Amino acid sequence: MQIAKSWRRQPSNLRLEGTRCTGCGQLEFPTVIRCAQCGEIEFETYQFAGKGKVIVASTVYEATRDFGEHVPYCAAIIELEEGIHLATMITDVDPADVTVGMEVEMVTRRIAAQGDNGPILYAYKFAPQLQIL
Amino acid sequence: MKPNKAVGIVGYGGYIPRYRIDAAEVNRVWKDSAMPLGRSFKAVPGPDEDTATIAIQAARNAMRMAQISPEKLRAVWFGTESKPYAVKPTSTIVADAIGALPHANAADWEFACKPGTEAMQAAIAMVGSGMAPYAMCGGADTAQARPGDILEYNTGAGGASFILGEAEESLAILEASTSYVTNTPDFFRREGQPYPSHGQRFTGKPAYFHHIRAAVGELLNETGATPESFKYAVFHQPNYQFPLKVAASLGFPKEKVEPFILTSQIGNTYSGAALLGLATALDAAAPGDKILLASYGSGAGSDAFSFTVTERIEEIRSRGVSIKSYLNRTRLIDYAVYARYRGKLRMN
Ligand SMILES: [Zn+2]
Repeated sequence: MQIAKSWRRQPSNLRLEGTRCTGCGQLEFPTVIRCAQCGEIEFETYQFAGKGKVIVASTVYEATRDFGEHVPYCAAIIELEEGIHLATMITDVDPADVTVGMEVEMVTRRIAAQGDNGPILYAYKFAPQLQIL
Repeated sequence: MKPNKAVGIVGYGGYIPRYRIDAAEVNRVWKDSAMPLGRSFKAVPGPDEDTATIAIQAARNAMRMAQISPEKLRAVWFGTESKPYAVKPTSTIVADAIGALPHANAADWEFACKPGTEAMQAAIAMVGSGMAPYAMCGGADTAQARPGDILEYNTGAGGASFILGEAEESLAILEASTSYVTNTPDFFRREGQPYPSHGQRFTGKPAYFHHIRAAVGELLNETGATPESFKYAVFHQPNYQFPLKVAASLGFPKEKVEPFILTSQIGNTYSGAALLGLATALDAAAPGDKILLASYGSGAGSDAFSFTVTERIEEIRSRGVSIKSYLNRTRLIDYAVYARYRGKLRMN
């Protein structure tokens, strides 16, 4: 994880900010530089609401070094309310309990840290929607 | 103390991690420690959680309730004694996550368990002076205790966030506040040390009890209120007994205090403790109720506040997330998983 790269991605990592094509209205997350639908290169910032449902999920037991301390964890593709598909980790639930169609919401979590001296990467994960009492 | 312009709370939110460990499970491993009386659990942050992520969720919940534009926040101030970075503010991460940057003041406050109420005093002053339409303050911690130390039974994790704004928009209006601070070395952690040190019995009478009694005494004097004036009273809660004892000595009956002592469910959340107590009291309050808040931070000091709940509370509160929602979301773990999640296993 490079500091400059993660710094550039902070709006999408921390706030789930994506883009909306000024030509055809296509939403994208993460941001793109050229619209795949119409070729437009002008975009406006689009704030995703952070709610969605699980499309497919699996439990990861062998991870790259950055994520090693989190295994086993749930990696999933989710569909946001706005229709976008997104690869993410599901947290705050035992991986075996994640089901297709489960309603999830965005949370910000500590994704990785470079050793004891490097920067900490904070970014989105998704968690089962909290039952509000 | 009182600002020139009337100020109140326009939104609040809390957060408590999902994992819990039973004090009896801690005692299974460290049999010789003094176990707290009664059944008790503490909240444990997951492996992907820290003070910043807890503060972010509390801040989001406060924003969800307040329904204000984040650019109108002129301050995002969080207090903690478990900063993810020794040098680099946690508050800029929180402010970024809620979209409050860049035209805001952001800083981390430190005063053992009471930096969140120090920040609240400053937020009141900032809004009350007209410098800002809104200011956010809060406290969050993922407190660590040396394995086997008596503190390990209840060093919990959690946090809460409050947005201060003009009285007319508020769910609770500040009546007055006081601060009482001395230079007392009752509990401390030296730079670079993972676990704190405490002065055993020295932490009670000359520290917690003296400072809270002084701050609340001054508040009652200043406002002319008596314990009877208050519907609820929230005190810093390092354990179950201290808040009840200090309340009784000030003349507050148990029923005004006990419902907001969360220690048997989540432990001592340090900078989050008194503020999560206040959030729980606001969750229960009705228009016209007066609520007392008194924090305590080692080192040492107490901030005391008197709030009066307004007619707006039901409407504003219904947009938020109750503390109960998090108290009821639990996943019990054993000491081995706790040791792993809290980084007590050295892998290299
Ligand atoms: Zn397009």
